[in-house]
Amino acid sequence: MPSTWFVLALLQFVFAWFFLARLDAFLEIQPQLAQLANPFGVTITVAAPLYNTAALLLLMLAPMFTMRLIAEERRNQTFALLLSSPLSSRQIVFGKFLGLLIFLTALMSCVPLMLYTLAFGTALDHGLLLSNMLGLLLLTASYVALGLYISALTTQPVIAAIGALAVLAGLWLADIGATADDSPWHVVSPLYHFQNFNAGLLDSNDAAFFVLFSLFFLLLAMRRIDNNRIYG
Amino acid sequence: MAIPEITLSARNLTRRFGKRQVIHGLSLELRRGEVLGLLGHNGAGKTTTLQMLTGCLQPDSGEIEICGIDFFKKPMLARAHLGYLPEAPPLYRELSVDEYLIFAARLRGMKPGAAAEALIQAKRNCGLEAAGKKIIATLSKGYQQRIGIAQAIIHRPAVIVLDEPTVGLDPSQIRDIRTLIRELANVSSVILSTHLLSEVQSVCDRVEIMQQGKLIYSDTSAHMQMHGNASGFIISLRNPPPLAELEGIAGVNSVAALSATQFRVLHAPDLNPSAALLTLAEQRGWQLEQLTPLQATLEDVYVRITDAERVAQ
Repeated sequence: MPSTWFVLALLQFVFAWFFLARLDAFLEIQPQLAQLANPFGVTITVAAPLYNTAALLLLMLAPMFTMRLIAEERRNQTFALLLSSPLSSRQIVFGKFLGLLIFLTALMSCVPLMLYTLAFGTALDHGLLLSNMLGLLLLTASYVALGLYISALTTQPVIAAIGALAVLAGLWLADIGATADDSPWHVVSPLYHFQNFNAGLLDSNDAAFFVLFSLFFLLLAMRRIDNNRIYG
Repeated sequence: MAIPEITLSARNLTRRFGKRQVIHGLSLELRRGEVLGLLGHNGAGKTTTLQMLTGCLQPDSGEIEICGIDFFKKPMLARAHLGYLPEAPPLYRELSVDEYLIFAARLRGMKPGAAAEALIQAKRNCGLEAAGKKIIATLSKGYQQRIGIAQAIIHRPAVIVLDEPTVGLDPSQIRDIRTLIRELANVSSVILSTHLLSEVQSVCDRVEIMQQGKLIYSDTSAHMQMHGNASGFIISLRNPPPLAELEGIAGVNSVAALSATQFRVLHAPDLNPSAALLTLAEQRGWQLEQLTPLQATLEDVYVRITDAERVAQ
């Protein structure tokens, strides 16, 4: 499909731009860093901010992809095909979830690919890279689950997109705005939990959050589809 | 699995939308090898009934069995024997015909090898051989309707449910689809909803008429045609006698003059005076030109049945 290749190309352009910008900045301060006793490596100055950018971009992109998942099926009246097939709502929801997750992972795979090319020039902190990749994967799963649920609530893809964007942006801004360290807004914001992965800290607390967040919205989506059969 | 004798059985289905009771205690039965026509005005509840029979809508109460499998206890198993074409065919317009039909087959649990074979068969049945690689959005409405039927039959289900399958097609396409439906019914069983009486006449074995969520008439389509037939004929005489003379013939109930030379003669159902009329016409020189028996059209019958029901309420 031509439009998907377009999207891939544009995203690749955006990420490459950020990558080069960070790499440039690093190269500028590299002579000064060399004089330090324990200087920052390229991984933490280029890879970590790049992943952070990717996470933020994903916050805006994911609703664009998830909006079509169920809302468009309803609008184009193809949902009857799924409902009259021998599929449970669990299979429908998980099928759509995994399909989009794999697609978005492929989309985002340009980031680690670019970063691994740095291995030609220097030693990379592989632990940090892997931690970021895992974090981004879990974050993508959460966004897709939330977007899927909001798409299940409406027949208009645009409303699904704006709704998902509103929730995700709301959580993010509440997280930034909350100054207290133990504020509840920090606990519910996916991006906050991603920060630990970004810094290279593998905390089961954060991983559990992502898994529970995703499962919660997937279960709600399943329930919504069942209700669809009952209430029409 | 051999298809059982009664492929679909629905008992006492009810459904309410908000405060409005839309379907009242509807019961249906479908046998292998027959085409059942669900006839009714727009808004009678045909689409709602079909949605309930296929799992898109849950009835408030009632039982459904497909090939003997309880629809609510084992929904996955039951739906594997169903093929459904809704009012708007559920097509993914950006896919090609092959991709879409393979997806529909895999969706119903067919393995990839079996799906590929079924694809060839389904395309042949629906006349889509040449359209395999085309994108669905680029095809005409007739082709899209055929693809819709193809997805409903590709897994060779025991029960095929078609909601207004020939709407919007041109006459030759309509004829092709009707032939196809008759062929399908030979192997499985078909329920179709329509408000075209010609469709009932040419395709359906049995007819159920729905009005306001209830089934008000149920019979074979041949019987329906004979329902409440007015016994009589139209006779045209070039040299007609006075009306009184015609009315005096044994067996004639009434004569009405339609024009100077045409008369409508009504008689008792079991006593047909046409033989007597013919002899008399020759004897007395009335110059009989034409004698046509009265036959109610299916449309008249349908209107009569639905009006009678409305009056009775």
